[in-house]
Amino acid sequence: MADKGPSVLDDVLLQPYWDAATKGKLLLKHCTACGKNHYYPRPICPHCFSDKTEWLETKGEGTIYSWSVERRANPPYSIAYVTLPEGVTILSSIVDCDLNKLAIGQKVKLGFTEHDGKPAPVFRPA
Amino acid sequence: MTIKGKAYIAGIYEHPTRKADGISLARIHAEVAKGALEDAGLSHKDVDGYFVAGDSPGLGPLNMAEYLGLKPKHIDSTDTGGSSYQIHAAHAAEAIALGKCKVALVTLAGKPRTGGGQPGGGRRPVDPPDYPFEAPYKGTVLNLYAMCAQRHMHEFGTTSEQLAWIKVAASTHAQHNPHAMLRDVVTVEEVVNSPVVADPLHRLDCCVISDGGGAFVMVAPEIAKSLKRPLVRVIGTGEAIKHVNGGQVDLTYSGARASGPIAFAEAGVKPSDIKYASIYDSFTITVLMQIEDLGFCEKGKGGAFVSDGNLIAGTGKLPFNTDGGGLCNNHPGNRGGMTKILEAVRQLRGEAHPAVQVKNCDLALAHGTGGSLGTRHGSGTIIMERA
Ligand SMILES: [Zn+2]
Repeated sequence: MADKGPSVLDDVLLQPYWDAATKGKLLLKHCTACGKNHYYPRPICPHCFSDKTEWLETKGEGTIYSWSVERRANPPYSIAYVTLPEGVTILSSIVDCDLNKLAIGQKVKLGFTEHDGKPAPVFRPA
Repeated sequence: MTIKGKAYIAGIYEHPTRKADGISLARIHAEVAKGALEDAGLSHKDVDGYFVAGDSPGLGPLNMAEYLGLKPKHIDSTDTGGSSYQIHAAHAAEAIALGKCKVALVTLAGKPRTGGGQPGGGRRPVDPPDYPFEAPYKGTVLNLYAMCAQRHMHEFGTTSEQLAWIKVAASTHAQHNPHAMLRDVVTVEEVVNSPVVADPLHRLDCCVISDGGGAFVMVAPEIAKSLKRPLVRVIGTGEAIKHVNGGQVDLTYSGARASGPIAFAEAGVKPSDIKYASIYDSFTITVLMQIEDLGFCEKGKGGAFVSDGNLIAGTGKLPFNTDGGGLCNNHPGNRGGMTKILEAVRQLRGEAHPAVQVKNCDLALAHGTGGSLGTRHGSGTIIMERA
């Protein structure tokens, strides 16, 4: 995509996210000031701008909010927004599935793949 | 404080090239600048404001100002991708209304077909904060917009056939534009039978990829009135950023829902007053969502609204993109906002192709969406009238 430059991965406050992901767990941020969750995680809550944010482990469940399949790629791959029961919708991919049977509302469960040497949360049909 | 009626678009120019072999990005910026200034009847010595976005080769406006020999006292290099030119039009109108400059030049150039000029110079000094959380999923312009279409279909029952009508309308207009890349009129069947490139979008739901560029010159009222061109004045502007809001995702609407009402309120007009609309058309779904969000029809009813030729000049209620738009004419630098403004000005001047010229076109809108509809984008709405 782009030249490699300094990355947000360098932010030490995000290290717990990557440590958990390495163990197969997906963390969100929960704000104790406004009570809302957010993703991708930030040290300061984007909803109320409080810095009283803490990590919240997700159940690893989700529902497809929307999806597409990049048909020109070889092999074709899916991209999806998945809504978690924790109240956020995250960009991800549905893997190990029949790409012709994806549907909005479909239940999916969390898994991980690797991207650039880092764990990346993906979903499989539940 | 308002910009209403305090700035006029006096000169426009669209580069005829669609494939700029052997032409540098800087030269395209210069040729469109020269064309727009000559159209206005002004010289480059008159320019005291310069606006250029991330398609400028160099650091913001610096290198291009030097190449063009400009000595601006007002500069702006706001970049929201393809809608930068709506934002620049708004900011230029503000600067002119405040007396910060009197002759503002806005240029665009791009070469995505031949290479040698990527937006932002092709380099990114630092990853954006979303990058590590989104890059693994290989989001493309195509599949991210496709997810908006998928969700819109799910919530509102919008169909591929309805989206296809948008391409049909654009192609009906493009047949009259000798510079358009795609001049063949297509049918709904041809669009929905073209290959699916990213579900549910077909190849013919997509815009063209083209080289080229364009420019406009915005001036203070007393200057506009001293020139020989028809008077086109800016009466309302609005801008907004829409993003995924920490995971509170709703893909069924665009930033036009915010920028549109601001522009309409300033102009003191309503959507049903608009005689011609330039609507950003990176994909058919982009057009449909913006038409809803700008208030031309009820949310969710865009599919029915665009069907049966309702966007075709001469027969439809809302003639749109009469140059063929990004869907058929050109999309220079993958930044379609500039050409949206240029065709709206042609319509207001009565200088569109006679086959697509809207009768008594005295009120027009040009709207842009830049970035990605499926993640984060900048919206700009400009309303103009013939004085
Ligand atoms: Zn908060």
